[in-house]
Amino acid sequence: MLTGTHFLQGNAACAEGAIAAGCRFFAGYPITPSTEIAERMARRLPEVGGVFIQMEDEIGAIAAVIGASWAGVKAMTATSGPGFSLMQENIGLAAMTETPCVIVDVMRAGPSTGQPTKPSQQDVMQAKWGSHGDYEVIALSPASAQEMFDFTIECFNLAEEYRVPTILLADGFIAHAWERVVIPPPEEIKVVERKGPEAPPGDRLDLVPPMACFGRGYRVHVTGLTHDERGYPQADSVEVQRRLVKRLCDKIRANADRIVKTKAFALDDAEVVVIAYGAPSRPALKAVKMARENGLKAGLLRLITLWPFPEKDVIRLSSHVKAFIVLEMNYGQLVREVERAAKGTAVTLLSKLGEELHTPYEILRALKEVC
Amino acid sequence: MKKPTTFKAKLKIVEEFCKGCDYCIEFCPVDALKRSERPNLRGVCPPKLKDEGTCIACGLCERICPDLAICLER
Amino acid sequence: MVEKLTFTHPLSKYLRVDRLPHIWCEGCGNGIVLNCFIRALDELGANLDELVVVSGIGCIGRIAGYVNVDSFHTTHGRAIAIATGIKLANPRLKVVVISGDGDLFAIGGNHFIHAARRNVNLTVICVNNFNYGMTGGQLGPTTPLDSITTTSPYGNVESPFNLAHLAASSGAVYVARWTAFHIHELTKSIKASLKRRGFTFIEVISPCPELYGRYNKMGRGVDMMNWLKRVSEVRHGCDPAKAEVSSSKIVVGEFVSVDKPTYDQLIYQLMERVKGGSSVEGGG
Repeated sequence: MLTGTHFLQGNAACAEGAIAAGCRFFAGYPITPSTEIAERMARRLPEVGGVFIQMEDEIGAIAAVIGASWAGVKAMTATSGPGFSLMQENIGLAAMTETPCVIVDVMRAGPSTGQPTKPSQQDVMQAKWGSHGDYEVIALSPASAQEMFDFTIECFNLAEEYRVPTILLADGFIAHAWERVVIPPPEEIKVVERKGPEAPPGDRLDLVPPMACFGRGYRVHVTGLTHDERGYPQADSVEVQRRLVKRLCDKIRANADRIVKTKAFALDDAEVVVIAYGAPSRPALKAVKMARENGLKAGLLRLITLWPFPEKDVIRLSSHVKAFIVLEMNYGQLVREVERAAKGTAVTLLSKLGEELHTPYEILRALKEVC
Repeated sequence: MKKPTTFKAKLKIVEEFCKGCDYCIEFCPVDALKRSERPNLRGVCPPKLKDEGTCIACGLCERICPDLAICLER
Repeated sequence: MVEKLTFTHPLSKYLRVDRLPHIWCEGCGNGIVLNCFIRALDELGANLDELVVVSGIGCIGRIAGYVNVDSFHTTHGRAIAIATGIKLANPRLKVVVISGDGDLFAIGGNHFIHAARRNVNLTVICVNNFNYGMTGGQLGPTTPLDSITTTSPYGNVESPFNLAHLAASSGAVYVARWTAFHIHELTKSIKASLKRRGFTFIEVISPCPELYGRYNKMGRGVDMMNWLKRVSEVRHGCDPAKAEVSSSKIVVGEFVSVDKPTYDQLIYQLMERVKGGSSVEGGG
């Protein structure tokens, strides 16, 4: 196991985080700017007794990951926009079959093939709504190579704890940034292990039921069809559909307070709050510090969890702040969630499309305009 | 089909499973089966033995039945 | 509606009895494949706790819900990809994919050829009924030329795949074709493929009297079965490229049987070779 302080690329840190979290299966398909994760996993997994496979496409990659997870092994795939689009149907399958797995999406500029080497945050809504039907996922947004390591572990832990596909929504800046990464010794890393069943399934399930993996004698049936607590298809039952979909959503919604993480800076007396996630949260911090030096009552709410959306933080702030400034490397996605939660408080979007990251000065200028 | 000398099997028909495809009747090598007269809940008449003596217990019917509605109790 | 039946089949331990009777139509060959499959398990004395049946979408996809083993009814076309993940993550498990021609060779064709190329240790049974049954009888990748389906109402102009040839040329180590009429031979082939290591493929040509048969005026199930019986020609070892499937002749038999190292063998050997090493110690 790799420990100590290293100079690592964000993507490499992600791979090391996966290994530290106990991931022993990776299936992927090359795509810029996520490929280094697959390359690192191809090199590293066999060393720790894990399986790496390069599949024929991203559909196969997520499918193999779901299969591996049901065979009892922590599994991950990594991709970027076009591949993430291809994975959507099976992300829905993972949600429906409550398959713990981690999907890393290193966002690049779209739509379609777009600008493969240009970082973006254009898959934020797709991460939540990309597959058909009602379901919930968890998505985290790292803003440094260190967080590529830390949050990958967190993604595995959340995936296991809630039996849900969990998405690390990175962007090209962070994934390709080389930075200092501290990897603690294994005993200092919190790793959540999968809970197996101890008894036959009953009529009612806990919000998060234990998982009977293949080969353990449970003779479990797994299906993407609407299914009852025994796992049997119930394609016509209104009652079963309602019960299942509600539970799939409620296990995340009801636990949102435990799942959601944000970071606050200078929020206590802030009149204008910058909301940022991923790479833009770095210039945002600098800009808020500069604003404070200029006597402006600015603050920063950095979103770590994107899904479920940290709406309580925004609602709380909206009762007393004058305005929100939302930074996104897209043409306005998460800003809609902010507007929804801001309940009338002014919301301004600072959008970046295929360009350089927001500069602190741009953000400062925007802060001055609304303060 | 080689005819065994003794038959230690009894044909069992799960009548309600039968969907009436007639494969067992059609492909029985000794033509031992025919449709019964009493329909099941699906409205099809399951097969029955013409007479006990004809069946050679070869097992073809139990293997070709798509509905797992016939078995030999050996 | 038939409910709450007592099922006393001698092979009931292989079935999720509370799911029966199954949903398949009168005369559908799917039930025969299920029947032969559980008989093969019985005759082999298979360890049911180490067997996983993976299916795709379509009529035969429902088979995963009828066998009393760990089972995964996956998304359309993805059975083989999911089975690949299962097998590689736990090579102790015997993984069997049972699915249809449309699922495995249209939407899932890419996964099929690549799993065969890699020689992933899977048994793949394709129930080929010449059309999409679950959606009402549409054109599929195996629909014969000139056939009528709901999406080829004037006759099919597309050439069908020769599945056995495709499997063999993609790298399958065992390739056989039977029809639903060949119950003994099919059971034997299923046993043979379960005992083998590597990517094994069995095509079962199966009657769909309700849709394909009806649209093409082939009569009832018994008529279709009699047709399969009449036109089938057993030719073991036949070059799969020449193993034709037409209305006048269906070449059946065991076509390919070769030995090759399997993907999981190779990958676990590789793992043993590099295990414990570290290519990254002390740096990025």
